[in-house]
Amino acid sequence: MTDPHQPYTRRRFLERGLIFASAAATVPTFLHRSASSVFAQTSSATSSIPGVPEDRILVVVQLAGGNDGLNTLIPARNDEYYRVRPQIAVPRDEVLTLERSADVGLHPALDGFKSLYEDGMLSIVQGVGYPNPNRSHFASMDIWHTADTSGVGDGWIGKFFDNECAGTPDGCGDGGIAIGREAPLAMQGRAFQPITFEDPNLFRWIGEDLSGETADAYHELMDAEQMLEHPEGSNADFLTRTTLDAQVSSQRIREAVEQRPLVNYPGFNLAQQLRQIGAMIRAGLATRVYYATIGGFDTHAGQGGANGRHAQLLGQVAQAINTFYADLKAQRNDGRVLTVCFSEFGRRVGQNYSGGTDHGTAAPMFLAGPMVRPGLLGRYPSLNDLDNGDLKFTTDFRSVYASVLEDWLGLRRHDTVLGSRYRKAKVLSV
Amino acid sequence: MPQPHAHAQGQTRTPSPERRRVRAPSPSTRPIRREDFGYDQARHLLWRAGFGGTPAQVRAVSEMGPRDAVDFLLDFESTRDTYDGPSAADFNPFIMAEPTPEQRRAYQRARREQDEDALARLRRTRQDRQRSDRRQVADVKRWWLERMIESPRPLEEKLTLFWHGHFATGYRTIENSYHMYLQNQLFRAHAAGSFESLMRGIIRDPAMLNYLNNDRNRVGAPNENLARELMELFSLGEGNYSERDIKEGARALTGYTFRNNEFVFNADRHDTGSKRILAAQGNLDGDDFVTAILHERSCSEFIAMKLYEFFVAMVPSDRRNIRYRPAVAFIESIAKTMREHDYELKPVLREMFRSRHFYEEANIAEKIKSPVELVVSSVRSLRVPVRDLDVLVEALSVMGQEPLQPPNVAGWPGGRSWINTSTLFVRQNILAYMLTGKLPSGFDPDAAVERYDATPMADDLAAGEIDGLSDPVLALPHLCRFMLGRPALPRQLDVLTAYVDTRGGRLDPPTLSGCMALITAMPEYQLG
Repeated sequence: MTDPHQPYTRRRFLERGLIFASAAATVPTFLHRSASSVFAQTSSATSSIPGVPEDRILVVVQLAGGNDGLNTLIPARNDEYYRVRPQIAVPRDEVLTLERSADVGLHPALDGFKSLYEDGMLSIVQGVGYPNPNRSHFASMDIWHTADTSGVGDGWIGKFFDNECAGTPDGCGDGGIAIGREAPLAMQGRAFQPITFEDPNLFRWIGEDLSGETADAYHELMDAEQMLEHPEGSNADFLTRTTLDAQVSSQRIREAVEQRPLVNYPGFNLAQQLRQIGAMIRAGLATRVYYATIGGFDTHAGQGGANGRHAQLLGQVAQAINTFYADLKAQRNDGRVLTVCFSEFGRRVGQNYSGGTDHGTAAPMFLAGPMVRPGLLGRYPSLNDLDNGDLKFTTDFRSVYASVLEDWLGLRRHDTVLGSRYRKAKVLSV
Repeated sequence: MPQPHAHAQGQTRTPSPERRRVRAPSPSTRPIRREDFGYDQARHLLWRAGFGGTPAQVRAVSEMGPRDAVDFLLDFESTRDTYDGPSAADFNPFIMAEPTPEQRRAYQRARREQDEDALARLRRTRQDRQRSDRRQVADVKRWWLERMIESPRPLEEKLTLFWHGHFATGYRTIENSYHMYLQNQLFRAHAAGSFESLMRGIIRDPAMLNYLNNDRNRVGAPNENLARELMELFSLGEGNYSERDIKEGARALTGYTFRNNEFVFNADRHDTGSKRILAAQGNLDGDDFVTAILHERSCSEFIAMKLYEFFVAMVPSDRRNIRYRPAVAFIESIAKTMREHDYELKPVLREMFRSRHFYEEANIAEKIKSPVELVVSSVRSLRVPVRDLDVLVEALSVMGQEPLQPPNVAGWPGGRSWINTSTLFVRQNILAYMLTGKLPSGFDPDAAVERYDATPMADDLAAGEIDGLSDPVLALPHLCRFMLGRPALPRQLDVLTAYVDTRGGRLDPPTLSGCMALITAMPEYQLG
């Protein structure tokens, strides 16, 4: 063992949080699969999921806390915007103008989005929300995750996997990977569960760092060829199989992420999450849905305008996604990857007395990739016709999900996942 | 599952102990013989009816024999509660107190006059209170985890955990840490008492009344949430009541609410009309509703089933399958005991923990430990340093069992649902952390100070007349049997022996703790 004497530092404190970085929430039922089926390497023409065309990938980027939509896609010609946001409005001459759009533009920190937009790789859906909006973070996030306004039930991606994978030998066990501390509800189905970790280097037994002999002994204990000795169907057998799965997944994911990326990613967290996702895509994992999260959007106080805290967050999102597509392009995988970016709600139209904004309703959603229908879609919500000081949504988020499910993931009927039929938002040109 | 006998009107509860029939024990509940109760059985009892124990405790329980050992664990009132951590006085009951009339008036005035400054001030005060309440709920979690680790009455804490999962209530919905504390104390007070008292307590419990919206349940505007779950999840199980029973039950519970930390029966809001619930009829209130539920045979069967799944084994939904017939017969038998003792829990638990069925080989070390069981039993059996309660609480939440925060009113589903590739690594890593202080990069700076002391384990080997230092080949099987509750596979022993050989062939304390880290990473360590 190495000598543990080191001063107590903030860094060490942060490491404490990382010890559990590989994680998942409670799963409703067991997903049975054997080690041999995990991470079967896919050739570019095959898919692990029946019904999914070719090998299309969906990446979800969640902006947690409620992103201020009005200061993201800015109604720069609207005097009402400047009237109700005296301290935090972005000055008209600093708003990034968009082709084919005279009235609204992007926050100046979103230049990474502007260039995607100009390359025809960004679709901005305006005024996305749902009826009877809930302003609680938990409740509204659950609504977006379950695609049900009660916020109760399995996740929409989880349900998709449950549907598509019923009866397949491995239950699409490798279908989804979420980066984060806990598995997002959106990815949790009745049977399907995503692989979840905060740092792939911790998706392993950390005891192997104790000494070389310990690591060797551990790997011998986990040797697949010798392990399956318990009666089939027993809990000991189940645990042994899951342990084998974990070993295989862990090794493949860590090998993938160790590759040097083809482009340089910035150091902040979301960019690093997307770097890892890019690496896993490049390594050809059979995974079809990845999930990344960035927090901090709950800007009740001092959110800033053209600069400041909110601007910094927006800049990270745009820069990370822009870099991600540069990487995918270099890999020649960009055409396979659709990215969808959402937040649980927007914020109130008027600023509050703390230079921030409180929980609101509708906000824009962003979709990136060469397959999107580029440009501004839907209708910007009116700033004069408000519901109790909040924007009225113009597009139901489930009509975006419906298009992603059918037009991208190849689901035959979106109501099998979403519960009802929605008019599909025309967000994709496939 | 036994067939439900809905509306079993002929079912009467035996009024006095003298009239209880003495019946021949059915084969499955027949007690285990003294001579069949050895080391493995004692260990099994300690892990299931508690949170494990040291090798010395296993030997002591084995020497007590099954009768005395079960009595010792179950009659925990006679063990002095030596836990000396925080107590009720250390928690602030008033952080989330309702606003005083003056505060309410100030708020209404500010709204009327659209005084944005005053409104912002009030909002900030509320946010401050919520923040300190979140800090307090973290204190309550640490307190309970520490109690489970340190209490000399492990079964009391284990039953408290059972009732928390049964009458599941989540902090984030009710946002009142003191109510969660009070509910936890309710479960502890009746842990092995009577199910009837728990039911009567839960319909008066502020946390539950809030969680299931019964504070909004009033005459003319009933809210059915509590009435439904009281039958579906807390007592009868789905299919053993009708929709009408829910509607009428909700009316019986109208006016059951709370003010600050006290239950309040609001007579103005109570529906005094006639109701028919299950087999009962009349101007029924919440207590009459509970009484009607307890008259149903399916209530005893449902609770017996839940106890069985928590303490013995999961019974899959295809329970008509011949393989589960002994389990079903056993559950029916202890349900009968429950009815004969007016829902007193001790006779049921005593029968269960003494039975041959409980000690059958198929039931030993074949149950997947919940995250709480994994962490607490590791500390109690291996005496690993706790190191940092916050780290342990966080690990519990990442493993899917955040205390005071079950996923929903149905509680934790348990069993195989605890395990997936991600949680499995967390389970292995939290043990590596406790044993060695190993952090993802480097070590806990206190790791040298709080070094794991392997002496008790070495002493135990010596007590078994095994000189672990010179004879690892004898010592390792013994160690595995203690830690896994079952013999290690020959292949696993070979790996451990080779590991000891590379370190000089002696089980000195660092090598012993290395072996233990490896054993805790074995799949079988997740079973208890």
